[in-house]
Amino acid sequence: MFQIIDKKDLAPSIKQFVVDAPLVAQKARPGQFIILRIKEGGERIPLTIADYDAQKGTITIVFQEVGKTTKELGTLKAGDYLADFVGPLGKAVEFSNHKKVLGIGGGLGVAPLYPKLKMLHENGAEVISIIGAKTADMLIMEEEIKAVSDKTYVCTDDGSKGRHGFVTVVLKELLEQGEKFDEIIIIGPPILMKIGTEIAKPYNIPIMVSLNPIMIDGTGMCGGCRVTVGGETKFVCVDGPAFDGTKVDFDELMKRLQTYTGEEKLALDKYQSERGACKCHQ
Amino acid sequence: MPSINRSKTKTPMPSQDAKLRSKNFNEVALGYTEEDAINEAQRCLNCKKPSCMQGCPVQVQIPRFIKYIAEKNFESAISVIKETNSLPAICGRVCPQEEQCEQKCVLAKRADPVGIGRLERFAADWERQQGVKIPDKANPIGKKVAVIGSGPAGLTCAGDLAKLGYDVTVFEAFHEPGGVLIYGIPEFRLPKEIVKQEVDFLKKLGVKVETDMVMGKVLTVDDIFKKGYEAVFIGTGAGLPKFMKIPGENYLGVYSANEFLTRINLMKAYKFPETDTPVKVGRKVAVVGGGNVAMDSARSALRMGAEEVYIVYRRSESEMPARKEEFEHAKEEGIIFKFLTNPTRIIGDEKGWVKGLECIQMELGEPDASGRRRPVPIKGSEFTLDMDTVVIAIGTGPNPLLIEATEGLKLNKYGYIQTDEDGRTSKEGVWAGGDIVTGSATVILAMGAGKKAAQSIHEYLQGK
Repeated sequence: MFQIIDKKDLAPSIKQFVVDAPLVAQKARPGQFIILRIKEGGERIPLTIADYDAQKGTITIVFQEVGKTTKELGTLKAGDYLADFVGPLGKAVEFSNHKKVLGIGGGLGVAPLYPKLKMLHENGAEVISIIGAKTADMLIMEEEIKAVSDKTYVCTDDGSKGRHGFVTVVLKELLEQGEKFDEIIIIGPPILMKIGTEIAKPYNIPIMVSLNPIMIDGTGMCGGCRVTVGGETKFVCVDGPAFDGTKVDFDELMKRLQTYTGEEKLALDKYQSERGACKCHQ
Repeated sequence: MPSINRSKTKTPMPSQDAKLRSKNFNEVALGYTEEDAINEAQRCLNCKKPSCMQGCPVQVQIPRFIKYIAEKNFESAISVIKETNSLPAICGRVCPQEEQCEQKCVLAKRADPVGIGRLERFAADWERQQGVKIPDKANPIGKKVAVIGSGPAGLTCAGDLAKLGYDVTVFEAFHEPGGVLIYGIPEFRLPKEIVKQEVDFLKKLGVKVETDMVMGKVLTVDDIFKKGYEAVFIGTGAGLPKFMKIPGENYLGVYSANEFLTRINLMKAYKFPETDTPVKVGRKVAVVGGGNVAMDSARSALRMGAEEVYIVYRRSESEMPARKEEFEHAKEEGIIFKFLTNPTRIIGDEKGWVKGLECIQMELGEPDASGRRRPVPIKGSEFTLDMDTVVIAIGTGPNPLLIEATEGLKLNKYGYIQTDEDGRTSKEGVWAGGDIVTGSATVILAMGAGKKAAQSIHEYLQGK
C-alpha cells in the first residue's frame, strides 16, 4: 500500500498527489512513469512522474479526471492509500550537452514536461518554454515551469490568459524568427504533438515527444501500448515513452486510443449513477 | 491389502457439460470423488522400479502416494507429494502428464496409464478442503536469498529454500504473485483461488512476497546483493509477446495473447464493468497459433460471448503443440480449427478496426530443425476470413528488462540466460531457471529448474 501524503487541486478536474514510494523515488529519472491501481478490482493506469524527491522518498503525479478511474482517484485524500504504485517504468530521457532547448506543454502535458526542463535547467541549458491550456483556470504548474525556464510563453485557447491561441502558434513564430534550439520537446494531447512536429520538422531540429497509449502492465509483456515508430512496432512502456516525433505514426496512436471509448463511458456512467444513488461518499 | 483394479481405462473425471461451460469461467474438470480416486489408485501396480518417476521433473514419489490413496489414507498421500512438490494442486491440473509421468507408466504400453495427475490433484484438493496444516518450520539458517519472479520456477525455488531454513523474499512485478499461473492460464483450467492458496502455503513456510517490484527498474541484482542477500534466483519467464510482422497488426481489435489473457485473467475483464478493466471481443474471433496459449485464448473468447472462434494454425493437427486434453475440450466447446492456414495480412476498416484476416493455404514439406514437417505456402491460395478480433498466440521471447540491467550475465543467441545444469549463471551468486533459460516450456519443467537451483544454492551457501 502506498500513502498519498499531499493532495492539491491544480485546476478544475486536474489534481496533484505526492505519494510515499521511497524505492521508486530513489530510481526515478525524467521521462519515466508509474502505473497505479487504486484498489482490488481496479484497473492499472499509467501516469508520468511529474517530480520526485529521493531524499523524502516521494513521487509527484498529476492527473486529469476524465473517466471512472481518474474520477475515483480524485476522491482520495491525503492520508489515503493506493493499492499499487509500480515504477519507475520506461526509459529515462537523456540530453547530451544541450545549450538551448524549447519545451512545449499542452494541457496535462505540462506535468511530464516539467522534470525534463528542470534537469536541463540544472545542467545549465537555456530553457525556453511554451505552456498552454484551454482556459486560464486550466493552466497548471506555471510557477514551476517559470522557475526552470529563462523565458516562458503562456497561451490559452480562449485568450483568457497570455497569448490567444494554441502553443503551436508561438512555436511557429519562434522558428520563423530564426531561433535555434538543440532540441524541441513537445508533450500534450497526440494532436498537439502531431501538429507541433509538422511545424518544426522543416527546421531540422531534433523533436522529442512523449506518447500516452493504453497500457496494462507497463513492463513489455503484452504489447497493448504498441505504436509504429519509423515503420517499426515499438512498445511505448519499454522503448519509450519518449520518441523522435518525426518518426511517430500519430494517426495510428490516436485511433488506438479510441479502442475502449464505449467501455470507458459505460464504466463512468455506472460509477456516477452508483455514487448518485449512495450518499455515503458525498 | 487394497484390492487391484484391472480396468484398462482411466476412471473418468467428471466435467462440466460442454454447452454450459462454454458460457462460464468456472473450472471445466471437476475432479475425482473419494471413490473415483481410490478406484483409480487401485490400478497402480506399485512397481519396484517405478518408471513413472523418471518422467516427473520434481521427482514426486508417485507409487508411494498412490498407495496411500488406495488405502484411503489421504493425509499421508498429500504429505508424500509435498515432500518434493510445493504446488500439487497446480501440477495436477496443468502438467502435460501424457508427456511426463503418465507416458512412462508401465500400463501405458497396453492400456490407459494410471491417472497420476488426477490423483495428485485429488490429494491436494482433499487437503485444501480439510484446511492446510501449517508445516513445521526449519530452523532458520540466517541467510537471505532473493527470488526474482513469482511464476512456477520462482515459487518452487522459494519453497524449497524456505524448507531448508533460508530467509527467502520473492520479488514480483505484477500486483499478484503466480506469473503465468495468474495472468496466463485461465480460471476455467486453474482457479485463481487455488494459486492464491498455494502461495499462502509458501508464506506459511516463511517465504516473503513483495509485489509491484519491477526488477531491473526499481532494484537491480547488484542492489539486492547490497541489501544483504547472498544468492539470487532469476525466474522471470519468457513474457515478451511475438507478433507476426504482417501488415495490419496494429489495427484495433488485434491483441497479443498475453494482453488478451492478462486482461481477462489477471484484471478479470470477464467481470467488467464490476471490475474496471475492459476487453473487446467481437462476434467472430481468430486466434493464430496452435499451442496451449492459443487454446486458452480461443476458449476464453468463447466465454466472453464470441459467436464463432477460429484457431488458425499453419501446420496440421498432429503437429499442434497444445495438450491433447485442451484440444479435445476446445473441440467439444465448438472452437473451429483451420489447419494448414497462415495469416498474411490483417484487413481493417476506415476507423482502424479489424474486419478480416487474409490467409494462405499451406502444405507440409520436409522436416525442419524441430523435426516437424515444415509448412510451405501454396501459391495463389489466399482467402479472407471475416473477423472482428484477432489474437496472436505464436509464442513469446525473453523479457529484456532485468537482463539489460544486470551486468555479467551471459546470454545465448536467442537472448535467454545461459546456465549450467544446476541453473548457475555466469554471475557469481546468481542462478536462473524456467522459461528465461529454456524459452517457453511447461509449468512443471520450470518447477524442476527451480528445484534444482534451490539445491545448488543450498550447496553454495553451505560452503560459504
